Amino acid sequence: MTGHHQTLALALFSAFVAVTLGITTWVSRNRQGSEEEFYAGGRLFSPMENGFAIAGDYMSAASFLGVAGLIALFGYDGLLYVVGFLVAWLVVLFLVAELVRNCGRFTLADVVAARMSERPVRIAAGTSSVTVSVLYLVAQMVGAGSLVALLLGNTGEAAQAWAVIGVGALMVIYVSLGGMRATTWIQIVKAVLLLCGTIALTVLVLVRFHGDFDRLLLTAAERSGHGAAFLAPGLKYGGDWTARLDFISLGLALVLGTAGLPHILSRFYTVPTARAARRSTVWAIGLIGGFYLMTIVLGFGAAAILGPETVRGSNVSGNTAVPLLALDLGGGADSTGGTVLFAFVAAIAFATILAVVAGITLASSASVAHDLYASLRPSGAKARSEVAVARIAAVGIGVIAIALGLLARDLNVAFLVGLAFAVAASANLPVLLYSLFWRGFTTRGAVWAVYGGLVPALVLVVLSPVVSGSPESLFPGVDFQYFPLQNPGVVSIPLGFLAGWLGTVTSAEIADEAKHAETEVRSLTGAGAV
Amino acid sequence: MQSSNGRARGGGDGSERSGEHHHGRGPQFVEAPGEVRYEDPWYDELASGWGEQGTTAPAGSHGAEVPTARRQREDGAVAAAQVYLEVQRSAAFQEVRSRYRRFVGPACAGFLLWYVGYVVTATAAPGFMARPVVGAVNVALIAGLGQFLTTFLLTWAYARHARLRRDRAALELRWDTQELTRGARSGAS
Repeated sequence: MTGHHQTLALALFSAFVAVTLGITTWVSRNRQGSEEEFYAGGRLFSPMENGFAIAGDYMSAASFLGVAGLIALFGYDGLLYVVGFLVAWLVVLFLVAELVRNCGRFTLADVVAARMSERPVRIAAGTSSVTVSVLYLVAQMVGAGSLVALLLGNTGEAAQAWAVIGVGALMVIYVSLGGMRATTWIQIVKAVLLLCGTIALTVLVLVRFHGDFDRLLLTAAERSGHGAAFLAPGLKYGGDWTARLDFISLGLALVLGTAGLPHILSRFYTVPTARAARRSTVWAIGLIGGFYLMTIVLGFGAAAILGPETVRGSNVSGNTAVPLLALDLGGGADSTGGTVLFAFVAAIAFATILAVVAGITLASSASVAHDLYASLRPSGAKARSEVAVARIAAVGIGVIAIALGLLARDLNVAFLVGLAFAVAASANLPVLLYSLFWRGFTTRGAVWAVYGGLVPALVLVVLSPVVSGSPESLFPGVDFQYFPLQNPGVVSIPLGFLAGWLGTVTSAEIADEAKHAETEVRSLTGAGAV
Repeated sequence: MQSSNGRARGGGDGSERSGEHHHGRGPQFVEAPGEVRYEDPWYDELASGWGEQGTTAPAGSHGAEVPTARRQREDGAVAAAQVYLEVQRSAAFQEVRSRYRRFVGPACAGFLLWYVGYVVTATAAPGFMARPVVGAVNVALIAGLGQFLTTFLLTWAYARHARLRRDRAALELRWDTQELTRGARSGAS
């Protein structure tokens, strides 16, 4: 990679930062810091705007660069992985989006606390939301560091560290100054840029093969060296039965976890009605589905045009497949077209990370201020002060994310994304579904459902091969590995549901029928929704 | 029209916040359903604040004219809670709920089984998935793209079902419930 790529990529990325900072300043002019403004952007976004923002919140650099690389190296198994990310949206659309919009105000805990004894439920749901967010955030921050090394060719420690600090500082500025409005617009701009880039590359790949998808697949299979096996499952997730069960666990976590991600749930509060929430989800499904379909073409295109040796030679996990493909499609390393396309893709990847981390930071600062702070200090929390707390929380979370991102810089943290989904599916989804649909659900059931999913998920990961006991572990020197799977979902998700049920049937408290009626009527009609 | 931000949950007056006031006061939907397009009773997409104010129904008096809104002369929150129980037991609400559940239940079971079956087959029986169908396309590719297709189809079917079978009844229930809770609260104060 020559200096031209770097300079142009940095210039494009700086332009993105300048534009988004301008948006942040513009949207926060004359705004009073009400909670409605800060957490929900005034609830006045249109379904289409929110649909783009959801897509921008959800499509991370891991899906843009990682999935395409996975397909380029392992063929069909990359496709197998990506399906879960899309199907998950049906859970969101059917069971969560409208009902949560109708019942809640800013966070997941609002929905649950409406029926229950407020304090313990808020503390539990707030804790699990912050845990999910921090796990996801650290994965993104480490990703930002390695992205700099990959795309700018500067593998120095200092460059990576500055990338992590820079991304962290920018996200704190966006969130604490601009709140939900700024975050939403950044996500919209990013989603549009990402889709434009993906469409351009997909068209170029298809043009290269004269629109013959069959030929693209055959060429990819032939160049991969695996032949027909490249187009069938098994190259990555095929191994022994532990590895296969591990993938099933990951698939379950992906499908059930999306509906429990705090930064996705908080997006539904930015539209005025449940109907708008539904329509934004429909938009998001269309955009995300289209994006993943194009990613599949890019992955097979990279395998067919570049070949796996080139991809693997640049980065072992295949994360540079798309930028390298852009370079080739633009006309090669020394051409203007190649340079421009490469720089464009690199800038989009940075923008992607920035938009995703801003969304997560905002959602977790809302959990800290609205759930944890408000519950732990009930007397001093007035409307104004809660937003102030949220701004400070955003700074605090930013500092924590930067620190953890720097500490984990050299570690393989790819499992953190799967873990964040598993924790969301184990701790957040059971309590949410029980509150919305189970008449007899009680406070103890709610608290047990959260901790009964959260604690097993985290403990199982600590006892898993990702932490100890194998050469690729975080701590290869020690061995306290007792759980064979990398993703705890297949065990911890049922445990979360079981704990919620157990807590409910063992509690002396009888569920308040009137409050259940209120939740049910409000969730399905929107009566009394803010 | 502005309710306080500190309130945890708005009872009857919550409707007047945010996007809804584009439509004028809610009860007019009960009074004059002809004002709105049939497919689109919650016409709300201009929420970002520009244009289309013309679709707003003319503002007028409200409240007392709502036929279904009965006044409760009981004690504040208790009366409001009673309203929700009453609405929950009403035939109109049960109809909306069963329509929702009759669609979402089977659809959820269907797509979850289809997804889990797909993942389990891909991991447990890769040989079957590798079976060629047409050219380079094998069973696995068809199943994978089939997941995309069913997701899009179910999304479309759900949105259509909700728009045609639920939205209208839910909206009427919403205004009625809010009128009732408002009545219950003001009756107490």
